[in-house]
Amino acid sequence: MNPGTPAESSPLIRIRALSKAYQRGAQLIPVLQGVDLEVHAGEFVALMGPSGSGKSTLLNLIAGIDKPSGGCIEIGGVDIADLGEGELADWRAANVGFIFQFYNLLPVLTAAENIELPLLLTGLTRRERREHVHAALAMVRLSDRSDHYPNELSGGQQQRVAIARALVTDPQLIVADEPTGDLDRVTGGDVLALLGDLHRQLGKTILMVTHDPKAAACAERLVHLEKGVLLSDGVGLSS
Amino acid sequence: MLLLRLLLKNALRHKLRTVLTLIGLVVAISAFGLLRTLVDAWYAGVEASASTRLVTRNAISLTFTLPLNYAERIRAVEGVSGLSWANWFGGVYITERNFFAQFAVDPSTYLALYPEYVLSDAERQAFLRDRQGAVVGRKLADKFGWRVGDQIPLRGTIYPGIWTFTLRGIYDGAGANTDEQQLLFHWKYLTESVRQRPGAASSKVDAVGIYVVGIADANNAALISQRIDTLFRNSLAETLTETEKAFQLSFVSMSEAILVAIQAVSLIIVVIIMAVMANTMTMTARERVAEYATLRVLGFGPAFVVRLLAGESLLIALAGGVIGIVLTFPLAGVVGQATGTLFPVFQVSDLTLVLQLLAALVIGVVAAAWPAWRMSRVDIVSGLRQVA
Repeated sequence: MNPGTPAESSPLIRIRALSKAYQRGAQLIPVLQGVDLEVHAGEFVALMGPSGSGKSTLLNLIAGIDKPSGGCIEIGGVDIADLGEGELADWRAANVGFIFQFYNLLPVLTAAENIELPLLLTGLTRRERREHVHAALAMVRLSDRSDHYPNELSGGQQQRVAIARALVTDPQLIVADEPTGDLDRVTGGDVLALLGDLHRQLGKTILMVTHDPKAAACAERLVHLEKGVLLSDGVGLSS
Repeated sequence: MLLLRLLLKNALRHKLRTVLTLIGLVVAISAFGLLRTLVDAWYAGVEASASTRLVTRNAISLTFTLPLNYAERIRAVEGVSGLSWANWFGGVYITERNFFAQFAVDPSTYLALYPEYVLSDAERQAFLRDRQGAVVGRKLADKFGWRVGDQIPLRGTIYPGIWTFTLRGIYDGAGANTDEQQLLFHWKYLTESVRQRPGAASSKVDAVGIYVVGIADANNAALISQRIDTLFRNSLAETLTETEKAFQLSFVSMSEAILVAIQAVSLIIVVIIMAVMANTMTMTARERVAEYATLRVLGFGPAFVVRLLAGESLLIALAGGVIGIVLTFPLAGVVGQATGTLFPVFQVSDLTLVLQLLAALVIGVVAAAWPAWRMSRVDIVSGLRQVA
């Protein structure tokens, strides 16, 4: 995939007047207010902000695992706020790869089986699925660990398995919520380097939530949120 | 395949919990089967009864007899195709613990009415020829190690004295529910012996306990019963005629309260294990909220989560059910041995097996229902937070 120049291509993600509020008893607590954001295909964007700023909520909304209270989220021309639960699940399976802070691997499945999970929702044959899994494992340099269970892998290796799982369906968008939050500095650096490689070599659009400035520095664009409001949108250190 | 592997691995994730739940299921399903078998054993006589046989007894009570001269009058009733009679003997073989049924019967007519007692021709003839002879069922012969030609002494309780019979034949039951634990001997030997004994009660001479009436058409049972009873209305010994099934049921109804209690206990056991299993599945589901949320994030729908939980629950329930069913057989054997000749038939029926399997299925489905419903509706974002 050739990402092209972000400025020249039409935005992959177009967010307008996005708001999200949670009901706590009789009280309505606003988390996001009037957020406008555009992300072009192939961009690596870091969402930063203090705890409670709404960055994870914004990521969840973009990834289609939460519903906005108002505004629109258009991704690849589809307003995902209008999709029903089933349609949204299908859309996520086809378009989004997820990387979590705590890896979220199923402990009873091997690395290869965990990576194979999203492929069960595709029409691929067992052989094709196996080929995809091997390719993804090779990409994250874990081919020799395919039969290992998560508890037999280090934190960094588990996160690489999670990255392979996010990649295996070849989604247009990868969202990562504090992908290095549970890792030491060196391992975290390896994971960030891997994400950077995926961005550069495969042209994946990556949205990463982080509060670590060093992690954010790997991105080519920084978006700052505070108290649910988008404060600044600038260029990252890597660009 | 991956889904199946996931089910299996999930089921074995907490081995101790799964094993304890399995043990509970095995105990419950086998106990359910055993209690059902006990109830079936109680009803074995009812199940073995034929629709073409009626039983005529004294209308007052079974303890009152009927005169032998009723035989010809009953035989003449329209629709009656055969007639025999029998008396409950109530003898003791060595000790009271060796209880089994003994009947003084009119041999040729009785065996004609009960074709399910299968005797070889030679044994049948030997029995018919020897007035002091007796035949016993195969299970009874095996229990006491009797062989043809053996002398069987019984201590009479209703008919005092020591009565010794020569074993002339051992019959096999034609069906699985045929009573093979009884002894039949000549009614003539009984009545003549009573007559010859000094001071014999006249009521016991030529007295018949019950008449067994053979009818050609089972649909006419009510009509023929009515005809027989009308025949003896206002006599010294009025009769009560009913189908053999109704006659057998009247014995069962004497202990109906016990049977209802046994059936209730068997159901309560299933309900208890259902609650235990539901608790296990609820705990299991709660521990895996983040995993289900992750699966939902990856694009799996709520139905997939339901399938995972229901599948795991069914897997455990069916495994426990199958082991429980298999164990029911040796358990029934042990209980059957322990109860001795109390029950003519004590064996696990096909219906009991089906009910056991059904109970396991219901336990599996019901136990998963609530947690599966909850997990299918869990909010993805809050589910993901549980991982931390």
